[in-house]
Amino acid sequence: MNPAAYGEQVRRAWVIARKDIRVYYLKGPVLIFGIFMPVFLFLAFFLGGRQLPLAFLISGLVGMTLFFTSTAVSPAIFPWEGQARTLERLAACPVTVEAIVLGDMIASTLFGIGVTAITLLIGLALGLPLLHGIVLGFGILIAACCFSGFGVLLAVPPTNLPSNIMMLSTLLKFPLVFISGIFVPLEQMPAWGLMLAACSPLTYFTDIVRYSFTGAHYFPVPIDIGALAGFTLVFTAAAMHLHRRSMPRRI
Amino acid sequence: MIKENSDDPSAGGPNVIEVESLTKTFGAITAVDGISFEVRRGEIFGFLGPNGAGKTTTTRMLTGVVPIDGGSVRIFGHDIQKEPVLAKQRFGVVPETSNAYVDLTAWQNLMLVGDLYGLDRTRAERRSSDLLETLGLSGRSDQKVKGYSKGMKQRLILAMALLHEPDLLFLDEPTSGLDVQSTQMILVLLRELNTDGTTIFLTTHNMEEANRLCDRIGIIRAGKIVAIDAPERLKTAIDRMHRLEVSFDRPVPADALAGLDGVAGASRTGDVWRITTGNPDLTIRSLVAFSGDRGATILTLNTLAPSLDRAFLRLTGEEQP
Repeated sequence: MNPAAYGEQVRRAWVIARKDIRVYYLKGPVLIFGIFMPVFLFLAFFLGGRQLPLAFLISGLVGMTLFFTSTAVSPAIFPWEGQARTLERLAACPVTVEAIVLGDMIASTLFGIGVTAITLLIGLALGLPLLHGIVLGFGILIAACCFSGFGVLLAVPPTNLPSNIMMLSTLLKFPLVFISGIFVPLEQMPAWGLMLAACSPLTYFTDIVRYSFTGAHYFPVPIDIGALAGFTLVFTAAAMHLHRRSMPRRI
Repeated sequence: MIKENSDDPSAGGPNVIEVESLTKTFGAITAVDGISFEVRRGEIFGFLGPNGAGKTTTTRMLTGVVPIDGGSVRIFGHDIQKEPVLAKQRFGVVPETSNAYVDLTAWQNLMLVGDLYGLDRTRAERRSSDLLETLGLSGRSDQKVKGYSKGMKQRLILAMALLHEPDLLFLDEPTSGLDVQSTQMILVLLRELNTDGTTIFLTTHNMEEANRLCDRIGIIRAGKIVAIDAPERLKTAIDRMHRLEVSFDRPVPADALAGLDGVAGASRTGDVWRITTGNPDLTIRSLVAFSGDRGATILTLNTLAPSLDRAFLRLTGEEQP
């Protein structure tokens, strides 16, 4: 066994992901958040008196659920571990910073997919037709990776106060929701709005969900998938590179 | 304890740790200033220094936890910066403050460490059971660590550091603030591990512990190594004059004692004579001969060798005049 080999480091990243799930995700408040968030979003959308059709709303709802759940816990893991000094333990173990980041991303991806599945089940139970299940499944997987990478990237500032990171996270996440075609369809956006929307990975995922349920879309599906893949690579590479530099300053 | 580590323990030559011109700066402050030393295979190396001298920073650089600004560290021949994973696979770390996951049980913590070091599950379980038994935690292995006392947490992180049977163990103040039982248990285990071939790098403030355990001691002051030697040699190098205390069953004249071979000076406090000498062996022989010649029975005879505390204070410049 070569502990430095890529395969072995990926295996150890999976160990870290399992640890994250057990220590941070399988907590009462986090699970309750995961279950209630889609339910409350459904209620907000249906009781809010919006005039938009359900098939359009579901794309935003699924998009928001995946985006918020995939970025809910991951930004706080590094600060929590720094505070509890468990990060020093991981740093002294034969795992690379890249493996730690990958482990955090895997846990976050699985949590996002799990909660989003609840939203989808509610939508299907309400009779929404799913036209392109495979595209949707692939879209959810790649978007969950993308948003998880974004979440871990948010944890880069070397503070061990989770509240500081969560404030930064909120400041960046909410504006993205408003420019991603969730509340205003992309077709109705002005040119400057479309330019902003193109900078948000959530736009492409929302477009995929809309295509999956209605057949309508703004960007071609390969563009949506390609953009999400591109964002995933950029977020992951940036998170790994920047955490390698900032991690020692947390210890 | 028989080691199962498949790595060739002889790899990397006679030195387990090789430190050369190691430097670390924080802004304008040089925390570690170009230090060089080596730790030999199978020894217990004590690393001493006053607060803020650079002990923890050095240990963190040796263990690859913080990056190095200058110089190099080789662990079993692996450069800690270029091959950190290969180096880390060979050692275990016991920090001063427990860093087990408090929301996991002791058993879950051990399984996590086993997975992170690539141990197969059967071996990890067997090692965990043995270590928990040895360290007196087997009855509490399914309890979450948040309910553990400080001593139990410290024993657990020692178990976590030993799970993969490392050839090298870093310990930072392992017995600091622990009760006598936990301290004794840890010290006994460290001696056993060393007897079985584990090299130990021990950072401590406890001079008595360092004196009893360590083969060699390195003392750091203001980021620089000021001495490295065996404890006894450090002590004698610091203070070449030894002191003896002797008392007789009858009065003896001061000039008679002062004239004995080996005696550099003699003064009396109550009925005890305090003698300074550069040659304690010769002086004791002279005193015994003097006692026989004068018919004065020796009631007490104590040698007051320089202590490691004194050597430490002298070397770190903290001794009060």
